Amino acid sequence: MADASIGWWVVPIAVLGGALRVSTPFLFVSLGECITERSGRINLGLEGNLVMGAMCAYATSYLTGSPWLGVLAAGGAGALLGLVHASICGLPRVNDIAVGISLMLFGTGLAFYLGKPLIEPTAPILPAIEFGWWSDVPQVRAALKINVLFLIGVALAPLLVWALATTRWGLILRTAGESADAARAMGYSVNAIRMRATMLGGFLAGIGGSFLSLYYPGSWNEGLSSGQGITAVALVIFARWNPMLCFWASLLFGGAAALGPALQSVGISQGYYLFNAAPYILTLLIMIITCSPKRTLVGAPAELSITK
Amino acid sequence: MITPTPTPNPSPQGGGEPTEIAAALSIKSPPIEPPSIASLRSAFTDRVGGAAEYVVIPALAVIAALGAFGVFAALFGRNPLDLYFYMYQGAFGTWFSWQNTLSRAAPLILTALCTALPAQLGLVIIGGEGALLMGALAATSTALLMPTAPPFVVQIAMVLAGMTAGGLWIALSGGLQHYRGVNETISSLLLVYIALAILNHLVEGPMRDPSSLNKPSTHEIGAANMIGTIPGTDVHWGLVFGIVAAILSYILIYHTAFGFASRVAGGNVRAAKVVGLGVGRLILIVCFLAGAAAGLAGMVEVAAVQGRTNANLAAGYGFTGILVAFLARHNPLAVIPVAILLGGINASGGLLQRRLGLPDASVLVLQGMIFISVLASETLYGRFRIFRRGI
Repeated sequence: MADASIGWWVVPIAVLGGALRVSTPFLFVSLGECITERSGRINLGLEGNLVMGAMCAYATSYLTGSPWLGVLAAGGAGALLGLVHASICGLPRVNDIAVGISLMLFGTGLAFYLGKPLIEPTAPILPAIEFGWWSDVPQVRAALKINVLFLIGVALAPLLVWALATTRWGLILRTAGESADAARAMGYSVNAIRMRATMLGGFLAGIGGSFLSLYYPGSWNEGLSSGQGITAVALVIFARWNPMLCFWASLLFGGAAALGPALQSVGISQGYYLFNAAPYILTLLIMIITCSPKRTLVGAPAELSITK
Repeated sequence: MITPTPTPNPSPQGGGEPTEIAAALSIKSPPIEPPSIASLRSAFTDRVGGAAEYVVIPALAVIAALGAFGVFAALFGRNPLDLYFYMYQGAFGTWFSWQNTLSRAAPLILTALCTALPAQLGLVIIGGEGALLMGALAATSTALLMPTAPPFVVQIAMVLAGMTAGGLWIALSGGLQHYRGVNETISSLLLVYIALAILNHLVEGPMRDPSSLNKPSTHEIGAANMIGTIPGTDVHWGLVFGIVAAILSYILIYHTAFGFASRVAGGNVRAAKVVGLGVGRLILIVCFLAGAAAGLAGMVEVAAVQGRTNANLAAGYGFTGILVAFLARHNPLAVIPVAILLGGINASGGLLQRRLGLPDASVLVLQGMIFISVLASETLYGRFRIFRRGI
């Protein structure tokens, strides 16, 4: 049996597979937050977008039979929450961090409210591509079964690096993030730029949520997301506001999150809950190591309230 | 175009202080002369008008959110008037519902202090839930380690253990912010998930009572060690703990040199350093006290409600406490009535579920609406002529 022949290799293979699978929501949320933060505003409420996106995706997929419409609906719901965030933050003297916290509570509450009837039924879920056809080992095959959304995320990261660095859109966005005065002097409305950036960020975070309900774990319940959204926001700081680094960091966090289930699959269930906390502990440790009280972080947008 | 001006330390309560200082200056600036009726009246509006603004605007925000919630319920085919009636009935309509409300307000007062105290220093701590869970775990462990001690001793030990555990949990966030520059909002929220993982680990493993099958729990702390209810009511003593903690916090913040130093540091860290305040020490102490309050809430939930530690403790009191603190504008005394209001909203959830068939999450939706509305109302301060000073 292949199972016996690969022995302890099961664990790293399962962690790798988990990293490819679990990282997708981290990836989308962090890319979204990256765009928002580069425009000079922080949206701490993406946890709400994630849960709301998961619920909307599941509902749409269940009602229409099309998971891809579900993904779009999730993005739309996320963009709407982003619009609320941006509209309130656009008012003078309103603190963007606090608004994020309020939207996190509102988004999860609304999703739980609307999602009550969705806990029972099963909706069609997203397809995956088998990249493990060359292997006989079932674990390798399972690990290399990759969802299309992950591939879209992988393509999106370098695209964003390019767009931020070279396009007109990217330049305007970064100007708003580095110096609101400069953007204003150039005749742009900083509020409008940040509103678009927050909506786009919310859109991506919503799509990240659709992955949770439509692929892995692939159902809707109230315990679906436990802080992936907020971890992803922290991850952007660790990734120095660089979309490519967001991608690598998401893989790392996905691997950490997959550790508990991987160990459980080989019969180590002791400390299962502690291993589940691995991404949070990892986030905290990384922030402790990479932050410094003496200087602002390299790569931090100058207008960002959280690093000023 | 007005946008928020960059400040070194975004403080949520900062809106009030510059205007207070400005008011103080404007009172002092005219040369001394006998007070006329007009100047007395302006002095009166200075004090009352300023305070009224902080009551009227949040109240309007809450009313707006209740209105929005009515529209929301109407969209789902419920009569908004029924909704408000049952909310009132479930929260404040009968003596029974009042007792329910007050029992729920108790942990909310304490978890709100966990956000309100660090806010004096300009820190946004949202990890009260984590401190509550650690406090509950520490209090339960302490009680289980002292099976033969007299109840009074056990209760004192539980209070101390719960407060210490919660205090250290939040002090960790504060310390990381000051000494390592780690954002305290994110770290305190991450610590919530870590605390939850520790609780689940202990409750499912080392500390599990083998007889708790459906809901893994620790052993019970024993009926004798429960703190009981205030005589003549069904409200547990936690309410008194909460009110005392809020009053002490108020005295600490507004009537001691330590509190003054904290508020100076919250207003301007650089100024605080220039006058020689030990900002790191202030942050650690204030965060410890804040976490101790939330830890006490955990102890109260164990010793007055649950009797043991299990996942029921993660009921969201820590998160509602954040809303209470913001709605009270981080004033420890204002936390008490606001916690009662939010406790009432929580308490009415059951009635809404039974009578109107609304899901239990409707309370969360309303809380979210209130939170958003209150934050958006921040922009209204100083815009109304009625509240203008000296007009």
